Amino acid sequence: MKVIFRPRGPTRDHPLLRWSLTGIALGFIGLFLVLPLATVFTEALGEGWRAALDAITDPEAQSAIRLTLLAAAIAVPLNALFGIAASWAVAKFDFWGKGFLVTLIDLPFSISPVVSGLIYVLMFGLQGWFGDTLRDHDIKIIFALPGIVLATIFVTFPFVARELIPLMTDQGRDEEEAAVSLGAGGFSTFRRVTLPNIKWGLLYGVLLCNARAMGEFGAVSVVSGHIRGLTDTMPLHIEALYNDYHYSAAFAVATLLALLALVTLALKSLLEWRYADEISAVHHH
Amino acid sequence: MSLVIEKVQKRFADFEALRGVSLSAPDGAFLALLGPSGSGKTTLLRILGGLEHADLGHVGFAGLDWLTLTARERRAGFVFQQYALFKHMTVAKNIAFGLEVRPARNRPARAEIKRRVEELLSLVQLENLGGRYPSQLSGGQRQRVALARALAIEPRMLLLDEPFGALDAKVRKDLRAWLRALHKQLGLTTVFVTHDQEEALELGDLVAVMNEGRIEQIGTPDALRNRPATPFVAEFLETVAPPPRPYNVVALH
Amino acid sequence: MSLAATFPARGGAPFKNGAPPRAARTWRNPSALPGFGLSLGFTLFYLSAIVLVPLAALVIRPWELGWSGFWDAVGNARVLHALKLSFGGAAIAAAINSVFGLIVAWVLVRYRFPGKRIVDALVDLPFALPTAVAGIALSALYARNGWLGAPLEAMGIHIAYTPLGVVLALTFIGLPFVVRTLQPILSELSRESEEAAATLGATRFQTMRRVILPMLSPALLTGTAMAFARAVGEYGSVIFIAGNLPGISEIAPLLIIIKLNENDYAGAAAIGVIMLAASFVMLLALNLLQAWASARR
Repeated sequence: MKVIFRPRGPTRDHPLLRWSLTGIALGFIGLFLVLPLATVFTEALGEGWRAALDAITDPEAQSAIRLTLLAAAIAVPLNALFGIAASWAVAKFDFWGKGFLVTLIDLPFSISPVVSGLIYVLMFGLQGWFGDTLRDHDIKIIFALPGIVLATIFVTFPFVARELIPLMTDQGRDEEEAAVSLGAGGFSTFRRVTLPNIKWGLLYGVLLCNARAMGEFGAVSVVSGHIRGLTDTMPLHIEALYNDYHYSAAFAVATLLALLALVTLALKSLLEWRYADEISAVHHH
Repeated sequence: MSLVIEKVQKRFADFEALRGVSLSAPDGAFLALLGPSGSGKTTLLRILGGLEHADLGHVGFAGLDWLTLTARERRAGFVFQQYALFKHMTVAKNIAFGLEVRPARNRPARAEIKRRVEELLSLVQLENLGGRYPSQLSGGQRQRVALARALAIEPRMLLLDEPFGALDAKVRKDLRAWLRALHKQLGLTTVFVTHDQEEALELGDLVAVMNEGRIEQIGTPDALRNRPATPFVAEFLETVAPPPRPYNVVALH
Repeated sequence: MSLAATFPARGGAPFKNGAPPRAARTWRNPSALPGFGLSLGFTLFYLSAIVLVPLAALVIRPWELGWSGFWDAVGNARVLHALKLSFGGAAIAAAINSVFGLIVAWVLVRYRFPGKRIVDALVDLPFALPTAVAGIALSALYARNGWLGAPLEAMGIHIAYTPLGVVLALTFIGLPFVVRTLQPILSELSRESEEAAATLGATRFQTMRRVILPMLSPALLTGTAMAFARAVGEYGSVIFIAGNLPGISEIAPLLIIIKLNENDYAGAAAIGVIMLAASFVMLLALNLLQAWASARR
């Protein structure tokens, strides 16, 4: 005898509920994420393709792009190096104060970007701790590249470490101990044993670190001095254009960063999907 | 209130879990579904509990067309292998759950619920543990809470999915004897899934040996032991010695 | 004596699976692996130089004003309003994200629909998109003549240059936190608890209220707190849509910048210290929340 009527399973929601919730969720996402993203692209083309391209190839824009890339090129490898060193220390050894150290590493994550820039001004600005010394030696940190790099390093500080610490902790010490017992030295062990195990996690952390480094606005805004063509990074250049009412030019340059964001998201998803185990046992953001 | 299962079939994507299973059990019987993993016994149990849908077939119980009812409507107490206790609730709240979620007209008064919870706690010999959380109990204790919780709703039938599987041998033995005595006392139609031959033969009035989605043989433990109908049944049961008789109620620690 | 050794061990936010330091007579357990000195040394040096020393500069600076100077700097109406806006706006935004983030997480984990993968990836957009880009996009969207701004204006709702605009921008920035914190918990949630509730006679609604939601509440709280913490200090995505009218839509971080431009370093530092203190408190609260959440399981 056939079963004609199948009641809804015990963990299935009522179809009406499902449709409503899905609708609300998609509506929320659409409103808050899709629309703003779409706005960037449509506004960029507000005065046509030509104008948009002109905005991007403009000398000041080009210099902003170069500065952004340069700051990221310095900050990201340094933070990656730090991340590797910190996770090696934390994951492969036991010592007193380890938890506190990790909390400290996480600190820049919780601090407002403007405060992140402020602290460097307080150190190296004209009225900062080292202000007089720097002026006497004619060294410029604030309102120059070094300040921008420092601020960028600060805000992207935890990214790689945050990714690698749980990963390396989870992977344990067995393989490294085996390598050492077989006679490998420190760097050799790291290069041949640890690095292959963490390579996808490292890539993931570097990806996020880079996205933040190139997009940082608040902290860099404080330390840069907004000198057009000299100390404007891309986000600052965008701000300058916008404040001067060059709207579509601002959006045109913004498009580059938006595309970077989308590529970052795509790569991130790809890494998460294919290498989930090798990125993190416990995933967190 | 006998249980009648007719030609139940169930397929999961590319896997045939049940290939037309039929059986019947008298009212108040303790039916053991025995078989290796993949034999379909848990699937059949979950279909009885309303947690899975059968593709084809019919089940009659308590005079009802059983498969047309939702899990909620069936009032079949289900005891899971991993207990599925509500971790954020105390033992007492867990047991009271089934009573507290009843629609207002069927819901007993607060005091009555409390009384019933106490009654059940002493039935499963866990008095004074009502205020504890599941994480503070041992495996055996958790399973007894799960049983008490299922009994609280005054179920029409009791369904147990390898309830002692996660426990160690000594606790298993004690709980087995205790469950048998409980069944004698309550007389509820009970369906019990296990892969442990000893357990099935000791507990069941009726044992159905299942393999690859079919019932190889169904009968009393003696019948199975002495007159196995197929080579599979013979092989599956051959490591089992007859249990000592009679069994007594065992007090649990 | 190294910095790390002077403090007792505590659980840290990213450190969920970590082993606590073993009890040792010396402050560290000797290990066969090399490189401890080098890695820890470099770590501490880098950490101090980049993070700790500059933070010290921030904490010390306001005191050149003395106590009364400090309170004058932060006690005036403009600063108080900016702080209220930053904190209050962040709280409202976090609450919005709490509700809708739960819905989004539920839909992403439990239901299927075409394009779900893309929507899931998109949730991280506020993480990946530079705040300045988000800022101008939101500003254009909600401006008087924007796609959404125009119809809202027609209904008499003003977004740009008002606190409402600030709240919208802060909602954008905090969106991923609740969703991403809930998703792993939701997917791990054993179906069996729901099945058990159903067999015991609970309706779907009762199951959600009594079984599912309580199990989610630690994660929900954690995610909401994270969204709040992030929104409090937010700058780039807010300043364009806010219009920065003092006393109306001016946020605290902007006030810091204004003071710096006026060369009032101490005043800027005073506001900065308050925001830093708030960050510390949030960090502590989050650690406690996470400890509570793991104890519950």
